[in-house]
Amino acid sequence: MEAVMKETQTENLTERAEQKDHLQQEHTGETVGTSFCNDAKMSMRNVNVYYGDKQAIHNVSLDIGRNEVVAMIGPSGCGKSTFLRCMNRMNDTIESCRIDGEFILDGADIYHAKQDVVPLRAKVGMVFQKPNPFPKSIYDNVAYGPRVHGLADRRSDLDEIVEVSLRRAGLWEEVKDRLNSPGTGLSGGQQQRLCIARTIAVSPEVILMDEPCSALDPIATAKIEELIAELSENFTIAIVTHSMQQAARVSDRTAYFHMGKLIEVNDTKRVFTNPEHDLTEAYITGRFG
Amino acid sequence: MTDKQTEMTTMDKVNQSLARRYRAERRFRAYGMAAILFGLACLVVLFTDIIGKGHSAFLQTYVAMEITYDSDVLELSDPSDSNAVARADFQGLVKQSLRDTFSDVSGRRDKRALYALISNGAGFALRDRLANDPSLLNRSETVWLLADDDVDTYVKSRDDEGGAFTGRLNEKQIAWVEQLIADNAVEKRFNTTLFTAGDSREPEQAGILGAMMGSLFTLLVTIALSFPIGVAAAVYLEEYAPKNRFTDFIEVNINNLAAVPSIIFGLLGLAIFIGFFEMHRSIPLVGGLVLTLMTLPTIIISSRAAIKAVPPSIRDAAYGLGASKMQVVMHHVLPLAMPGMLTGAIIGFAQALGETAPLLMIGMVAFIVDIPGGVSDPATALPVQIFLWSDSPERAFVERTSAAIMVLLAFLISMNTLAIWLRKRLERRW
Repeated sequence: MEAVMKETQTENLTERAEQKDHLQQEHTGETVGTSFCNDAKMSMRNVNVYYGDKQAIHNVSLDIGRNEVVAMIGPSGCGKSTFLRCMNRMNDTIESCRIDGEFILDGADIYHAKQDVVPLRAKVGMVFQKPNPFPKSIYDNVAYGPRVHGLADRRSDLDEIVEVSLRRAGLWEEVKDRLNSPGTGLSGGQQQRLCIARTIAVSPEVILMDEPCSALDPIATAKIEELIAELSENFTIAIVTHSMQQAARVSDRTAYFHMGKLIEVNDTKRVFTNPEHDLTEAYITGRFG
Repeated sequence: MTDKQTEMTTMDKVNQSLARRYRAERRFRAYGMAAILFGLACLVVLFTDIIGKGHSAFLQTYVAMEITYDSDVLELSDPSDSNAVARADFQGLVKQSLRDTFSDVSGRRDKRALYALISNGAGFALRDRLANDPSLLNRSETVWLLADDDVDTYVKSRDDEGGAFTGRLNEKQIAWVEQLIADNAVEKRFNTTLFTAGDSREPEQAGILGAMMGSLFTLLVTIALSFPIGVAAAVYLEEYAPKNRFTDFIEVNINNLAAVPSIIFGLLGLAIFIGFFEMHRSIPLVGGLVLTLMTLPTIIISSRAAIKAVPPSIRDAAYGLGASKMQVVMHHVLPLAMPGMLTGAIIGFAQALGETAPLLMIGMVAFIVDIPGGVSDPATALPVQIFLWSDSPERAFVERTSAAIMVLLAFLISMNTLAIWLRKRLERRW
């Protein structure tokens, strides 16, 4: 059933892409394919990112559609993680990092001087490469975000948020009897799902995932991928991954980054079957990467 | 053919070098063992010396005397009148009793020598007994009285191989002591005075309670000031301070301060706290302030290291959820860094507890008999007390010095144990 759904989504996108095809070439010059979409949750325009003197991202423009899963692939050091981290201003903590260009979330620039990062990060959640649960109980891990933002007035509300989040992350059945045992005692895959539960407990609108499965075994990876497919019904997801199979399985559109440039964006099926750009083809056929 | 030759020689070379490498490794290990053994040997020598010298200080010689609370000698008619009791000449009772026991002693000089056998503080014990039980007036009882330090030293060294240490005792006095011993009127008991009295010119009346309380108050001031200030400074420098020249300058200076000789801090305290702020001399408050200055660099450096050691993934996780900077610090960084910070801080406090030089500069080296009751009472500290006693000519102070060192070491060891326990308890694994 999922596959069917994905199929229809892909078809829609293809149609849209064809309509707008001529526009892209004008806007970004280098990027081929469908960078933009009509119903964009987040729009990045002409983004340049520098670490000190080194430029990590060159003039990237990309839209993430509402309830869409966009995968970002590319060889190591191509800037995909940097780009992702800029999308909820996690790179603010890096002193030497300088960003220009626009990051529009629901029509507002997230780098605007008046934009507070705290509500932004509540709206744009993040899951990291290495599972990083707090050294606290499973319950406290999930309840941390709601507590920080004061989302639950009563203990029972908080209990409910924790249960719902854990259920949506597919972890409830496994941990419901040991909510008070430390989150760090779980297996790697469970820890990552705990981190996802922790992220969705704040009810973000966008979830950024930075190689969420790279530290996990194939079975745990399969579970997370299943979860991503389910979450895409309610959330907008941007995922960075090293695994092309994963990108092919979970995403609606795929963006291929190379040396800090966005080379090609197309719907996933097209990228993996009939890439437009030579570099993309070289990468997905394993000639480098 | 050439291939085979090179292969052979490679293996030969490996085998040759292997033996050499193993020899080097054995030597390397031997150096390490030697270093450890040297350290252990030093420790053993130190402890045997201190314990060997100091263990006898925990015993004190007492002499049994038949005391008659004679109201004529005391010039006291009403024993319930505390003022009169305080004025009464109880030492006279001791002298009377000594004259009765050694009735053949005559002549002023001999009598004075006789009186010197019993501590001149023995009268206070008698006063306390009478104050507790006024009905003792004009009655007799046998009381164990504090012996003079010379007698104490003589009694303790009687069984030594090299012969007894007579010190200032003359032959007559020795004969009297021997007579008392023969009468079973001499006994060694646990030296409670050592732990219940302040300093005194008379070794047998001297104790370390005053110094211990002084050290305690000084340390309390140090802990109360240096830990919060040090942690706050470390958090600011690590989490908030912009990375610029000025921050680097501060960092270099903190590292330099850690290496400044402690006596300089003493001079600083003298100039600022006593000179400028006109605080009193010799008080634990000033001592604590000076030791705070001295301990701060240690605490800041160790706290920064502990904060740096908090894994960035935890910060990312909290920031990613939308926690503010202060929430990240209070909820995650500080709890995770706490074991490291506490360990560093307690090592700093232990260092402060053993510090002497800066306290000399601010007058905590004074001869203070009263036991301090607060941070603004004149006091001295344990290491300073050790310094003072080691400087005293009386033989009995030698063992007391060692005893005080043992008490100080016990303090330090228990503080370090506390540090390890706290670290183990607060450590969280992930």
